[in-house]
Amino acid sequence: MNLLLAIGIGTFTGCGVWLLLRARTFDAVLGLTLLSYAVNLFIFVMGRWKTGVPPIVNSDRLATLADTTDPLPQALVLTAIVISFAMTALLLALALRTNAATASDHVDGGEPEGEAPR
Amino acid sequence: MNHLIVAPVALPLVAGALCALLGGRRPRLAAALSLGATLGLVAIAVALALHANGGTVQAYLLGNWAAPFGISLALDRLAALMLVLTALVALVSLLYALGGDHARGAHFHSLFQFQLMGLCGAFLTADLFNLFVFFEVLLSASYGLLLHGDGAGQRERFKATVHYVIFNLAGSALFLIAVSLLYGLTGTLNMADLAIRLADLPPDSAALAQAAALMLLVVFAVKAALLPLYFWLPDAYASATAPVAALFAIMTKVGVYAIARTTTLLFRDGTDGLASAASLVFAPMLPVLALATLVLAAIGVLAATRLRGLIAYLVVASAGTLLLCLGLATRDSVAAGLFYLVNSTLVAAAWFLIADRVARARSSGDELLQPTALARGTWAPLGVAFFIAAVAVAGMPPLAGFFGKALLLQAAGHTAWAGWTVALVLGSSLAIVVALARAGSSIFWKPVADSGSTAAPRHHAMHTAAVVVGLALVASASVFARPLSAFTDAAASQLFDRRAYIGAVLGADPVPPAYDVRREMRDRGEAK
Repeated sequence: MNLLLAIGIGTFTGCGVWLLLRARTFDAVLGLTLLSYAVNLFIFVMGRWKTGVPPIVNSDRLATLADTTDPLPQALVLTAIVISFAMTALLLALALRTNAATASDHVDGGEPEGEAPR
Repeated sequence: MNHLIVAPVALPLVAGALCALLGGRRPRLAAALSLGATLGLVAIAVALALHANGGTVQAYLLGNWAAPFGISLALDRLAALMLVLTALVALVSLLYALGGDHARGAHFHSLFQFQLMGLCGAFLTADLFNLFVFFEVLLSASYGLLLHGDGAGQRERFKATVHYVIFNLAGSALFLIAVSLLYGLTGTLNMADLAIRLADLPPDSAALAQAAALMLLVVFAVKAALLPLYFWLPDAYASATAPVAALFAIMTKVGVYAIARTTTLLFRDGTDGLASAASLVFAPMLPVLALATLVLAAIGVLAATRLRGLIAYLVVASAGTLLLCLGLATRDSVAAGLFYLVNSTLVAAAWFLIADRVARARSSGDELLQPTALARGTWAPLGVAFFIAAVAVAGMPPLAGFFGKALLLQAAGHTAWAGWTVALVLGSSLAIVVALARAGSSIFWKPVADSGSTAAPRHHAMHTAAVVVGLALVASASVFARPLSAFTDAAASQLFDRRAYIGAVLGADPVPPAYDVRREMRDRGEAK
């Protein structure tokens, strides 16, 4: 399971960075989305993930890390998800507006010389 | 607890939310509210600075949770200094915006206030994740502000904003990775607690802690415009509307502040018994990168073809100087850096406003550094403003930029970097003097055929007021150089005494509840 998570995070990050380095706004948006998935998983794993145990202290369980999961990474992930979701929405709106203003989805606001527009 | 500490975050938040509601329908009311809130912020920041000057670090527990579990704010001299500076720059920028620029798009005032909220929060917080959240608040407001303004230069602004947003979002992802890595290693996000926990790390997690520290450095260097990561800045600052660019003068200082805080609190030598695996990871890199930033900024200043581009490189140069001060990592160099920070921020804000006035007064309406006619009657006031700002930014006597650079050179004399620092700081100052002299003479002195024939530009009393206030602040930083340097000196000493900060943050007691709800429920038999 650890290996699977590590591979998953690595794949997301790799694809995200590759897409981010392409000079098209839509690719960059996708890249940032994948990157934020990787980051969210990473935060979650950093809290020593466990399955089948609740994140709340309850009177019929001992309040130790063996019986409960750490609730803080879950709160952090929620915050990170909200922020990255809002930022993606903002970036998409900005990309659309730029596309309308410059008739190109190149991040430099115009097709580079010697390259056919897609 | 002193509730005034949370006011710099709460006041802009409330004002920004109200402005968002009023924005479209009652623009005059929103503007008045925004101005009132900014004036209030100045008053609060000054009160907090006087308070912090008592010498004790004050912690404020948000939500009344005991220290490492809840989120704490902490007020020390450095935080108070940054708050005052933020409020003053905001006031100057807002005064200028009220001269007409605020009406060039929707919701200027609410974005402006949210930006202030993010800035104040980032300076006050003592929690690493909370720092990330406030960074996001100030960044998302700055995305909106950067796009603000219709008409001329809109295409440029779109392009610069796309770069700025994508770059900063990638930076945020890196910030989250670093923060969660530190959380995984130490189990805490409170910076005071983190400083202690990092010292107790087992040796096998040393490499991970160092990796997290370096990722944090990359993130802060993006904000502070350090060498390989400053390329977003000239475009963004040169294409922003003038009052927004003036406000952004404080934005690079957030990165500088974060580097100052983390190098003195988390990642520094263990002479005070808190040696950790991640000690001094910044130390070998900062001076080299800062000096290289200075060199490239000097080249950028000389090569600039537009006045705003030139000023943007002046901001990069000041960031390089500041990070050099932090990189030398002695108490004196940090004190010199904090003194220089005040002057360089105020003068950068004034510069963007002057550049906008110059562009409006020229017959060509642009700010290319080529001779063109100036409108009648603008030659003398603009020339005087240009000259004062040039003296202040180049670090010439009698203005405070000179004292800042002199203090830095004095402090560098005792370090291994003395020769390089003297050569490159003086060399970049010379380049700045040459570039500004050339820009000033081509704008004001080169004769042009139709000189004086153009009509006076659209002028607003607020513009004059903002430029005068901005330059008066620069001048008063020189007049009151002695108390100011005493304050920055004390702030640097306080930064290097991290035990006091840790003790204050971790020792803050929650306020006992006025009503103990649990006991009442127990008494009534409604709870276990």
